[in-house]
Amino acid sequence: MNPIAFVYLATVLFGIGAAAVLLRRNAIIAFMGVELMLNAANLALVAFSRIHGEIDGQVMAFFVMVVAAAEVVVGLAIIIALFRARQTISLDEPAELKG
Amino acid sequence: MISPVLFWSVAILTVIPALSLLFAKKAVHVAMSIVAVMVGLAVAYVGLGAPFLGAVQIVVYTGAVMMLFLFVLMLVGVDQRESMKETLVGQRWIALFGAGGVAVLLISAVGQLAYEPAEEMTEGDPEAIAQLLFTDYVVVMEILGALLITAAVGALVLTHTPRLTPRRGQAERQRARVLAGANPVNRPMPGVYARHNALDVPALDPEGKPIEESVSRVLEIRHQMDTSTQYEAHLSDPSKRGTDKPDHESLAKSDDAETGEAENGKEDEK
Repeated sequence: MNPIAFVYLATVLFGIGAAAVLLRRNAIIAFMGVELMLNAANLALVAFSRIHGEIDGQVMAFFVMVVAAAEVVVGLAIIIALFRARQTISLDEPAELKG
Repeated sequence: MISPVLFWSVAILTVIPALSLLFAKKAVHVAMSIVAVMVGLAVAYVGLGAPFLGAVQIVVYTGAVMMLFLFVLMLVGVDQRESMKETLVGQRWIALFGAGGVAVLLISAVGQLAYEPAEEMTEGDPEAIAQLLFTDYVVVMEILGALLITAAVGALVLTHTPRLTPRRGQAERQRARVLAGANPVNRPMPGVYARHNALDVPALDPEGKPIEESVSRVLEIRHQMDTSTQYEAHLSDPSKRGTDKPDHESLAKSDDAETGEAENGKEDEK
């Protein structure tokens, strides 16, 4: 089986993650959608690395993982700060920003 | 090449749990399904010749990131209800259309690729990855280290809350206790010294009166408190005051009657 099949799988996962970010109102669930999109990109990188026969793609995927870990830390800190300020993590609540 | 069994098992193991992102009501269920997705992706990495990345995926994503998500979920309360009311008209369909459009665009783009997969592939074991990381990509490594430290400091700054009320230390609490009229010194220990020092007998004050509060409140509630009347009587009786060892033995005899008999029985046997 051609490794390109895994790239198709990655696009499907990316689509699901994008739909979750656009649809869900719960900030944590939307954030998990972002994580799924990052992981789909990782899967595509690893599959391309297999197609090329080089491991540079795997190193790139490793970098993406590190950046994702840093992003999760800051993002969850923002969610906690938001929760402290408004007692909710719904993404619709800050609509009052429009003033 | 890659076995179809591997691909289809990975596909089922990732896509079905990933759909819970769209359909599951509770955030905890979503988090647990995403853990399953991460494990499936790790299997895919190992199958694609990246065993190191597979291990890192398990450690970083299922071990650290998703546990962090669960931690925050517990912190903000798992019962956070998600309002299904649409604030923007038709947002649900626009979102589904947008996400589907992205997926279709990507799939058609991938479909135009004409790559013949390489026959030979260097396995992405830790040694090979490290060789590449610390030669060609060493600057990126350094920058990522700075990024991680920045992220840690950023999280600390974002979650820091200034103290609004002055700190109540030991000195302040002691002052408040004395102002409220509490006894400033320790309560006496239970037991009557030199006569009976078990925990269930109240201590005697200088006048020979029992101090009820010297016995633990727990024993009082369980009705396991003894009275110190015997010792009190003894202390107040001037005729017995001279003798150092009063009727302690007679007191003990009544308590230990059964055990004493048992011991006597043993001696008889000998």
